[in-house]
Amino acid sequence: MAAPRTLFDKIWESHLVDRQDDGTCLIYIDRHLVHEVTSPQAFEGLRLAGRQLRRPEATLAVADHNVPTTDRSAGIADEESRIQVETLIRNCADFGVPYIEVDDPRQGIVHIIGPEQGFTLPGMTIVCGDSHTSTHGAFGALAFGIGTSEVEHVLATQTLIQQPAKNMRITVEGARPVGTTAKDLILAIIGKIGTAGGTGHVIEYAGQAITDLSMEGRMTVCNMSIEAGARAGLIAPDEATFDYIKGRPMAPKAGAWEQAEAAWRGLPSDPDARYDKEVTLAAAEIAPQVTWGTSPEDVVPVTGRVPDPADAPDEGKRQAMARSLAYMGIKAGTPIGEIPVDKVFIGSCTNGRIEDLREAAAVAKGRKVAEGVQALIVPGSGLVKNQAEEEGLHKVFIEAGFEWREPGCSMCLAMNADKLEPGERCASTSNRNFEGRQGRGGRTHLMSPGMAAAAAVTGRIADVRDLV
Amino acid sequence: MEKFTKLTGVAAPLPMVNVDTDKIIPKQFLKTIKRTGLSEGLFYELRFDEDGNKKDFVLDQPAYRDAKILVAGENFGCGSSREHAPWALLDAGIRCIIASSFADIFYNNCFKNGILPIALPQEQVDLLMDDAERGANAVVTVDLETQEITGPDGGRVQFEIDPFRKHCLMNGLDDIGLSLQKANKIDAFEAKRRQEQPWL
Repeated sequence: MAAPRTLFDKIWESHLVDRQDDGTCLIYIDRHLVHEVTSPQAFEGLRLAGRQLRRPEATLAVADHNVPTTDRSAGIADEESRIQVETLIRNCADFGVPYIEVDDPRQGIVHIIGPEQGFTLPGMTIVCGDSHTSTHGAFGALAFGIGTSEVEHVLATQTLIQQPAKNMRITVEGARPVGTTAKDLILAIIGKIGTAGGTGHVIEYAGQAITDLSMEGRMTVCNMSIEAGARAGLIAPDEATFDYIKGRPMAPKAGAWEQAEAAWRGLPSDPDARYDKEVTLAAAEIAPQVTWGTSPEDVVPVTGRVPDPADAPDEGKRQAMARSLAYMGIKAGTPIGEIPVDKVFIGSCTNGRIEDLREAAAVAKGRKVAEGVQALIVPGSGLVKNQAEEEGLHKVFIEAGFEWREPGCSMCLAMNADKLEPGERCASTSNRNFEGRQGRGGRTHLMSPGMAAAAAVTGRIADVRDLV
Repeated sequence: MEKFTKLTGVAAPLPMVNVDTDKIIPKQFLKTIKRTGLSEGLFYELRFDEDGNKKDFVLDQPAYRDAKILVAGENFGCGSSREHAPWALLDAGIRCIIASSFADIFYNNCFKNGILPIALPQEQVDLLMDDAERGANAVVTVDLETQEITGPDGGRVQFEIDPFRKHCLMNGLDDIGLSLQKANKIDAFEAKRRQEQPWL
């Protein structure tokens, strides 16, 4: 009998084109998402070498990082951003790549539109020149971020040269407590294993707290696998996965669907499959989480205090903590709930989906954004925006004093006009609190959409459980 | 891609952990459509204050201006997949980075650009960091063929590297060219896939 295999093993083995004697593998890539920031040099490379695209139809392009989230009818004001988007449009036209226009209702962040369009399916290999490609692992697809040289490699060959990753399983046992969301689960996981905890591994998330999540929540968890050091995160496909996919524009149609679904049902890890690393958390112990520092592993429960560098396990960590606190402008021992905020950002590939907006709206409803706070809601895609408007969520936000914006990456990485000024502090639903990430000198506290909305209406970091 | 065989040069110390790719090159420098000229943005916020004045960052100090090697703390290159990070390092003359660990995507991106990332046990990184602190005297030799680093005092350290990556780096090979030689295998894979998974 064949050895039991993990979900990762199954996808990996079914995509092997070649394995060299030295162990290096050539794996087939089923789908490739392309955006404007990491692709221009790849297309330029193809041109210089006189190479063509192997499978343009397996590729989907959209501009997301640079696009303004305010009125777009006048185009992009920033010249470099505009050139980058125009370059993507020209490259897609020249090489025959399907491209979603900026004013198309389907436009949005690559990792939101892939699943929405049914471009993302279980058992696939999916890549993109973006580290948050791990998001698509929520569907049981092996999805990971690549550099521009690899983008060019995939465009030309539809394959990648890879070394197999190790298997890691993270099990979150039990049901999530009220107020604890997918974002809190993944922040708690990163806090536990550290930002290098998953290096060299693909993380499979399991346990009741994970399988209880909607597809939106699963995407939030897999999205931040990269912040735990893993290139990819995976969740076994189940009924929730199939229900989400069925009927999407690029999903298999009747006839093919039955065949596809039967194959997908064989993907979950075998019962006795072996993992190189196992980590277990109890959902009951996970309260809403907030980051205090400049690394996503710097998490504390909202009821906690800013930690003291004196308690660090080693000198390197102590220095890093002291540097973080100085950058963040907060003192060790400060209760998290006393930290005031200047801006609030709700959006990104981590938390820019409909469920996230519903969660934020539930807190915003009937309340007002605190005096002196600017709060942005940036839907992850045009379809998310339309859905939210159908549900009247935009009215809730606008009445409460939030700004209702056009879709894009926005203040997650501040490549467009949405950014923090030096010293400004932001409650953000994005994925990285690195120094300068949201604007030079900007201070980021990562949290869930409900928590960010709670910060907006109270003017400080607040426990969402006190507001709903 | 330029070959990497043997490199002798000054090693600059960057004793920080979790140096992320936003720190290596901030987003405002990602708007380029070229691979060159990115050293302008390298470690920008560590190098310049908010008014654009130099802050005496290690690579701007006279002793380290021609550094070819960087010695850094654990989890170097974490964060975004931006290949602009290795492009910026390369543009500034850095061909080798030594740290106790690297983030996967950055590590991989280095090899595509003729940069050798070397992961060593922390104690050995600490020793090389001490060597690097010695300024212009911190001349280190990295020999890829023998997988050996020679410090300023002649001390030697062996390092591990995947044999295929070593082969490609030593010969400056183009990955795409290598993979295209396997076109018949890719064709065969696609034919089988169409049969087994017609919905794709």
